[in-house]
Parts: sequence; C-alpha cells; structure tokens
Amino acid sequence: MIHFDNVSKIYAGDTPSLEDVTLSIKPGEFVSIVGHSGAGKTTLTKLILAEEKPTSGTVIFDKHDVHKLRSSKMLELRRRIGMVFQDFRLLPNKTAYENIAFAMEAAGKSDAEIETDVPHVLLLVDLESKMHHFPRQLSGGEKQRLAIARAIINQPDLIIADEPTGNLDPVNTYDIVQILKKINDMGTTVILTTHNRGVVESIGKRVITLEKGRVVRDDKDGKYVI
Amino acid sequence: MWRTIRRVIRSGFINFWRNGAVSIASFLVMTVTLSVVTGILLSQAVLENSLTQIESKVDITVYFTTVAQENDILDLKGRIEKLPEVKEVSYVSRDQALEDFKTKHSGDYLTLQALDEIGENPLGALLNIRAKTPAEYEGVAKFLENTSALSSGGASIVDKINYNQNKVVIDRLTNIIAGARQLGLIITLVLVIISILILFNTISLTIFFAREEISVMRLVGAENKYIRGPFMIEGIIYGVLSAIFTGLAFIPITMWLGTKMTAFLGLDLWAYYRANCLQLFVITLIAGALLGVIASFLATKRYLR
Repeated sequence: MIHFDNVSKIYAGDTPSLEDVTLSIKPGEFVSIVGHSGAGKTTLTKLILAEEKPTSGTVIFDKHDVHKLRSSKMLELRRRIGMVFQDFRLLPNKTAYENIAFAMEAAGKSDAEIETDVPHVLLLVDLESKMHHFPRQLSGGEKQRLAIARAIINQPDLIIADEPTGNLDPVNTYDIVQILKKINDMGTTVILTTHNRGVVESIGKRVITLEKGRVVRDDKDGKYVI
Repeated sequence: MWRTIRRVIRSGFINFWRNGAVSIASFLVMTVTLSVVTGILLSQAVLENSLTQIESKVDITVYFTTVAQENDILDLKGRIEKLPEVKEVSYVSRDQALEDFKTKHSGDYLTLQALDEIGENPLGALLNIRAKTPAEYEGVAKFLENTSALSSGGASIVDKINYNQNKVVIDRLTNIIAGARQLGLIITLVLVIISILILFNTISLTIFFAREEISVMRLVGAENKYIRGPFMIEGIIYGVLSAIFTGLAFIPITMWLGTKMTAFLGLDLWAYYRANCLQLFVITLIAGALLGVIASFLATKRYLR
C-alpha cells in the first residue's frame, strides 16, 4: 500500500531529517513508528500526505508517486487518509458536529449522508452528548476522540496518527489506543507515531524504530527498544 | 454546484456571527472606509456647487451706444448665440436699462433728479453673455473684438466691452477653479487609497488568525474554493452591513449640516442627501461588497498555495 524507496529529506542547509529510508506497509497493518523527538517520525508522515517533498527517493501510495500527483488528485489522496495530530487541529469556530460535517462536505457527501453518519461516528467515540460543543469546551481526551471521529468519517484506507497521545493523561491515552486498535480491526491501515513505550507495548504489533532519520529496527512483535 | 454554493454561503454567515470581535473590527474599519467615500462624495457636491456659483457670477457685458439700432443689436445677439462657447445671451433694451437704473437708485433722490434734468434716456442697450466655462470668455472676447467694428453707417455701435477690465479677475478665477477641482480629485484619491489599504490590512489580519484553520481544511482534503468561499461571503457581509450603517449614520450628520451649515456651505446637504441617498447607498454598497470580496480573496491566496 505504501512504499518508501530510498527516501531522504534534508531541510535547507540542515542535517538530514530522513536518510535513505526504504520500507513497505501492507493494507490492514498497524505500524507504530517510534523514536526520539527529531528522529524523523513527523517528516515521514508529512511525506505520505505530500505536505513535504522528498529531497531524493520516491513515496508510493497505491501505485502512485504521491509527489507527482496533480493537485486535484492530491485532494483525492488526502481524502483517503485520515489524520490525527498531537495538537488535535480541530476547527475552533465549528462545533463537534460541524467539524466532522466539514470533512464530509469537503468530500462531497450529501446532506442526508451527513445527517445520518455524523451522529453515528460521534456515538462511536462516545461524544454524542457533546455534539454541539465547540472544541474549547472539550477536554484533551474528548478533542482527540473528536479528531479521530473526523479522521475516520470518510472511511479512509489509512489513518495516520502523529503522536496522538502526546498531550493526554494515561486514561485518555488508553482510550485512544483502544479506538485506534478497533479501527484497525475493522480493516483500516493505521500508522501511529509515538515515543510512549507503554502505548507501543500495549498494541503489540509491528514497530519501526527511527534514529537520526534512519530506520534502525523493524520488529514484527511490538518491541520498544531505543 | 448549488449545494456547494449553499454550504459556502451558510458557512460565511456562521463564521461572521461566531468571529465576534474580529467581525466587529472588520465591520468598523469597512464603515470608516465607506464613510470616507460618502464624505468625499458629499464634499465634492459642496465644492462643485460653490464653484458653479462662482462661475455663474462671471460674465461679459457689451454696452451699446445710445444710437445703436435694436435690429443691429439683436442681429449681433443671434451671432453670439451661435458661438459654441456661449451658454446664454440676454438682451437688455435701453428702456429696460433705464428702469433697472431707476429701481437700483430708487432711494437716491439726487441721482434721479439728475436723470430727469437730462431729459432723455442716457443709457445704451446691453448684452449680457455667459460662457459655458470661465476659460471660454477669452474666445468670446476675441469674437467681439473682431466684430465690434460692426456698425450702422460707419460708426461702431459698441460703446465698451467690460471683458478687458475684468480679464485679470476672470483669469485668476479660472485658475483657482481648475486648481480646486484638481486638488479635490487628488485628496479624494489619496484618502480612498489610504482607507482601502487599511481595510485590506484588517481583512488580511482576520484571515491571518484563521491560517491554522485553513491548513486543517486543506489537510481534510477541502478544495480551495470551498475554503476560500466562506471568507469571501464574510467580506460581502462586512460590505453590505457597513453600507447600510454608513447610509443611516449620514442621516443625522447631513441633517445637522443642513440646518446649521447651509449658509456656510452654500448648499443644503440634508436636501442634497435626501435627493441622492439611494444613489449614494448603491455606490457604497457595491464598493463595500467588492472591496470585501477582493480583500478576502487576496488575503486567503497566501495560505492556499
């Protein structure tokens, strides 16, 4: 599904953020990408979303080189990927309901679909009672659950969660991990970046370890070794 | 397509409402801009009115000798009227001139008595000539000079033409009027440009606050028009509301100016405003909506590359 072929990314005049990364992720996998801050985890996710261009090498998503897509195709690609961030990135002037509805509107869904799907997904992340709350009225864990609901609403092929638990307490962290596992069980590929040992070990699936922009380990069984 | 438009319009209204203080700030700056535009249009009306009044006080008078025949004078009048520079020519006969003189000096016993002593009418007929603009008197004067030899039986029937006496005044007035119009135009342009720049800055700032939001919308896969649309609708809302507010705010202002300042301004602004408020409103409405939509379009462009 995703293939990195000798990908390097160097930000102007700096040391490489990613160096000669080659890896493949199959459909339905749950992959945790671990490493210290600055190891290149976020750069890797940005390359998949075509938010950044690689300095060399290619990133393939479903047989397409994502950095050669025209802008209309790029939007299509982004709609196939659900994003979850450490800082939630919700629309502050829209309610929980509207945040999710916006993602559906952007994907060209009809009003009828929006009216049935949004309450359903809010129920899934246990936020149906906070449907009309603004993000500022929600706790950290609730915001992240809302962000996940938005990420999955258009039934994406891939969820990228970039440090989704970085701002959360252990209880909320556990909730978020459980939701991500549930999403993966339903068949969606999940890429999770984190530096939380407990999270990685509780998932018990494939772990890719990055160090100074290079892949130093790729374990099938959920080990967190740095 | 229609669904997208409907959603964009709805989002624009919701954002306007929820942005609270930021919306109010943009609305106020837009109101200032539109007030400057309205104020300038009104002061242009005052300036134009004063200049027209001054202009109308300038004329050329041709005095005829007492022996000039009415036929010859009316013939000359006809020829002057055909000049392209001339707006109107009025003829005052000898009898009328005498009447006017008597009326003017009705309280002046000595003068009237002197007139009686003369016995006959000492005044000649005259032609009063108004040109379309003060600058055109020169041409009219030239024409008169060339034709003033026009005579009945060899002697000139024209006694004197007052243009040469007034020439310096007329020339200076012509320059002042042209200068005032030019200055008015320059001041108008400068003020309008400054207000537009301030408005653009304010709207850029509101969109700067929304830059994170715009980046999130892009990440969700929203098309540019879908992101930009609501901001442009907000821009139109600022424009329309400000135009309405400005139109209403100028009612008490012109009413006050009309009652207190008419003598000073030479124009009843309240009456002028009542007569032209619809036109002014349409101008500010279109200007406001256009400025709002263009400013939003340009300000979002930076974040949508």
